[in-house]
Amino acid sequence: MAKITFVKPDGTQTAIDAKIGATLMQAGIDGGINGIVAECGGCCQCATCHVYVAAEWQSRLPPIGESEDAMLDNTVSDRLPESRLSCEIKVTAELDGLIVRLPARQV
Amino acid sequence: MSASTVAIVGAGLAGFQVASSLREHGYQGRVILIGEESHRPYHRPPLSKGYLLGSPDESGLAMRPDEYFVDKKIEFLPSTRAVSIDRAHRKLALDNGAVVEFEHLVLAVGARNRPLHVPGYDLNGVFLLRHLDEARALRLRLEKARRAVVIGAGFIGLEFAATALKFGVDVTVLEVADRPMSRALTPIMAEVFTREHSRAGVRFLFNTQVKRLLADEGRVASVETVEGVSTDAELVLIGIGVIPNVELAATCNLEVRNGILVDALLATSDPHISAVGDCACYPSRYAADKMVRLESVQNATDQARCVATRILGKAMPYAAVPWFWSDQGALKLQIAGLTAGHDQTIVRGDPAGTSCSVFCFRQGRLLGVESVNRPGDHISARKLLGNNVNLTPAQAADETLDLKRLAAGAAAA
Repeated sequence: MAKITFVKPDGTQTAIDAKIGATLMQAGIDGGINGIVAECGGCCQCATCHVYVAAEWQSRLPPIGESEDAMLDNTVSDRLPESRLSCEIKVTAELDGLIVRLPARQV
Repeated sequence: MSASTVAIVGAGLAGFQVASSLREHGYQGRVILIGEESHRPYHRPPLSKGYLLGSPDESGLAMRPDEYFVDKKIEFLPSTRAVSIDRAHRKLALDNGAVVEFEHLVLAVGARNRPLHVPGYDLNGVFLLRHLDEARALRLRLEKARRAVVIGAGFIGLEFAATALKFGVDVTVLEVADRPMSRALTPIMAEVFTREHSRAGVRFLFNTQVKRLLADEGRVASVETVEGVSTDAELVLIGIGVIPNVELAATCNLEVRNGILVDALLATSDPHISAVGDCACYPSRYAADKMVRLESVQNATDQARCVATRILGKAMPYAAVPWFWSDQGALKLQIAGLTAGHDQTIVRGDPAGTSCSVFCFRQGRLLGVESVNRPGDHISARKLLGNNVNLTPAQAADETLDLKRLAAGAAAA
């Protein structure tokens, strides 16, 4: 398990225990994080599992692939340098303590 | 109280999304979600690919964990079939004898696999693929099979074919048309898929029809075509399209054509009854023939949201840009818009390779774009179509034109 904290735009924090090997999206859904919509189910097609990952954590994440990059241009909330799609990030032990911010809107 | 109940028939993506959107937007009445399967709503797209390979597993397919339905007060009725609708009294009868009174009824009844009526279609080892239970059984057989025959070179068949190769299974695909995905793709794009799947090891037989499936000790052993070609297989997957589930609507005299007929608000001729997703035939400004029925994740979710919003008092015509995807091994197909009825195509990228897009026009107007391994083109196309900005054929043909920039400008304007 890795502890991951989701922060809503209003500052409310929810910490969850994420299963190693699951995607960050799946961990959020399983943990009842309503700010993750994930309408395509994790296929990198809909950009509704958009999250912001702080710069200091970026180096521990897999690089942004071509599909994710294209899809990030289609998020409803602004794309920022911290933007990622949570379906493209696998939870690893290294991500224990990760803090991700949720965007104001996914759809 | 019937005045404050939304009953939703069908617990696939469209049905689930209606329930979810109602709660998300503050609907206070009862929400009843009725599903024929024993499972809570789950994602179907991985069933023909990732799930067969072990990721996601079954828990990963669930759209939401069990607690979600409790928290959101969504009354989920599994293993339950709706049998009739009493429109005059707004009552829905279920196969367990219960009667649900409703203010709004949403038909999200989906579609079912088209059966193949040839001798041997029901032999052990012959599969259809739509439900989780079918995928479970298919996965077990796939681990043991050496040779598979896929009947129908559609999306499901080819997604499965690419997956089966990863198990080391020999795959033969039989198709009645002269190319794969013939109703959905241009010949140019179909050729890319034929070539690349063949290169990966899939054997195609086009312009052929299945005559019968033959058994050995009760299990399927081979498939014979009308031309007399026989192919050995321990596993046969039939993927020849779907039939919309219109029967429930038809028996209460709602109009059905190719699907349950709805207006621009996705309401049937009865204002208390709507239809969404695979079963709904609706007027689309993106369709050359106007009336269209689409089978896609996008269509299910966006139509569900449109109806939920209307139930909450904000009626808006359904106007979302259709988009679609199909992952077939290394080939990531994406389609934006509806390309049927095009009279001109422009290709960007190299159709002799594995990354290109086909832009489809009708009388100079962009109808839609098919892309393989060009996600940037796809997203640009969604934006251009959604913002009603016409890309001309000349612009599409100009490879130096920055599509992404053009699309971003259109979105900002």
